[in-house]
Amino acid sequence: MELYLPVANMSVHILWILALGTMVGLLSGMFGVGGGFLTTPLLIFSGIPPTVAAASAATQVTGASVSGMMAYLRRGGVDLHMGAVLVAGGLIGSILGAFAFRWLESIGQIDTVIALLYLLLLGSIGGLMFKESLTTLNILRSGAQPATRKRRHHPLVTMLPLRWRFYRSGLYISPIAPLILGAVSGMMTMLLGVGGGFIMVPAMLYILGMGAEVVVGTSLFQIFLTTIATTLIHSVTTHAVDIVLALLLLIGGVIGAQIGARLAMRANPAGLRLILAIIVLLVALRMGAGLTWQPDEIFTVQAL
Amino acid sequence: MTKFVDSRRQAMQHWLGPLCLALLMLAGVRADARNPILVPDVSSRTIDIKYSFTGETLLLFGAIIYPDGRLADDRADIIVVIQGPTEPIILREKSRIGGIWVNADNIRFASAPGYYAVASSRPVADMLNERTAAVYEIGLDNLSLSPAGFTSDDQLGRFERGLVDLKRRLGLYVADANAVEITQGSLYRARLNIPARVPVGRYTAETFLVRNGEVIAVASRQIDIRKTGTDRFIANAAQNHGLLYGLFAVLLSVGMGWTAATLFARR
Repeated sequence: MELYLPVANMSVHILWILALGTMVGLLSGMFGVGGGFLTTPLLIFSGIPPTVAAASAATQVTGASVSGMMAYLRRGGVDLHMGAVLVAGGLIGSILGAFAFRWLESIGQIDTVIALLYLLLLGSIGGLMFKESLTTLNILRSGAQPATRKRRHHPLVTMLPLRWRFYRSGLYISPIAPLILGAVSGMMTMLLGVGGGFIMVPAMLYILGMGAEVVVGTSLFQIFLTTIATTLIHSVTTHAVDIVLALLLLIGGVIGAQIGARLAMRANPAGLRLILAIIVLLVALRMGAGLTWQPDEIFTVQAL
Repeated sequence: MTKFVDSRRQAMQHWLGPLCLALLMLAGVRADARNPILVPDVSSRTIDIKYSFTGETLLLFGAIIYPDGRLADDRADIIVVIQGPTEPIILREKSRIGGIWVNADNIRFASAPGYYAVASSRPVADMLNERTAAVYEIGLDNLSLSPAGFTSDDQLGRFERGLVDLKRRLGLYVADANAVEITQGSLYRARLNIPARVPVGRYTAETFLVRNGEVIAVASRQIDIRKTGTDRFIANAAQNHGLLYGLFAVLLSVGMGWTAATLFARR
């Protein structure tokens, strides 16, 4: 059954988009990531204009992060103080991202930059995760205890001026560090349609040195508010949010997320991370292939 | 200031083309009493795009009426051209630079038609010479694209072929030399496919009657392609009320996520 998308100006197969949403929702429920990093490329592969894909995927990520964020809020797993600083950074990043988006579009390099960013981010994160989960699995098998790492923030962070206390995170650091981190993730949300959780979680752990018990909740809180801001900015500047597409993705996404969350409780976390790492690496490879193989279309049209 | 002058020049170019064409047509198609008249029609004057729109087949038909009631004594041919609203575009060309494919070159076209279909009873090249076809803008080689910013004819030719090829594969540019059927020299009909990704706006369907390498009658009809119902509402809201539209999208997204979470939590 075909459905016409009023903003993308094309018709799509309902079942394909629903299946895509469910699949991404399943992943986001299982791994606690927004899933935008999969939605945007898959939508682009199915012929939806990149801008519409990124904008509508951001809208979907909001919905996908709601239930997780609520759960963490209830059990006190969100550092609201840190979250507020990250969101402020996210807002700055989204606005900078909007300008970058417009500039890159005007010089015709937006597609290449999107593909390169995906390749770089997914390739490095996927590689790290792959290595880490393999080591963990080996350690578990040999029965040895994983070495507990002493929590410490990155030396660069300590050099920044002005220090605030973030009680829930157990930190006394400069707010400039999370502000910059938030801005980077906000820019990525604007450009790539990703929530940025897969970058924020490791960054919060290893760069800021936040306590593990508040990292995922705070990241979800930040994703939730930053994607809301991104949806609004896209609606006002690029006019590219297709609400029908977002709705289809959401229907599949919210159901998939709930099923995924239940599945995740029964699985081995390191095994889950290994699967996620493989998926992330495959998407990165496909993006890289798209850049180096001769593209199907040498010519592209941009409306003025 | 430059921008203003540019836009005025563009506006003039925009008007100049059709004006010249109209004059040429008046000169070319003389109101000759012995020439036949075309009475064209289309299966739908308006095409409504709604949620279930997957494209439409348009039927263009009509009669060739000969004066003093005589029947067609020799073979006349029909060409039908449907043209959608034009828009300014940038066409970009990818090249391999440092191992990856990036957009390396571009040309602007100030008036690329969003849709262009030419249907005929025989290949156009067999009925009209190149000049005549160019004057009437018949055929995919004769689109008036108003290019700017090119450095050589070679480059322009490559880009024009690239654009036509791209749009052809999307079904937005069509050339079909067998799509017009003429019955007993006096009734004709053509069937053309309008794909789902057509731009909305006012389309013109022109019918040309051709005999002995000359266009002897022209008639045109207008077709409006527009979004209706919710699709019109959504597209309009997205374009003109961005903030409200965005707020609604956020509410929808949050609402659905929250509903799903509470529903599943109860189970």
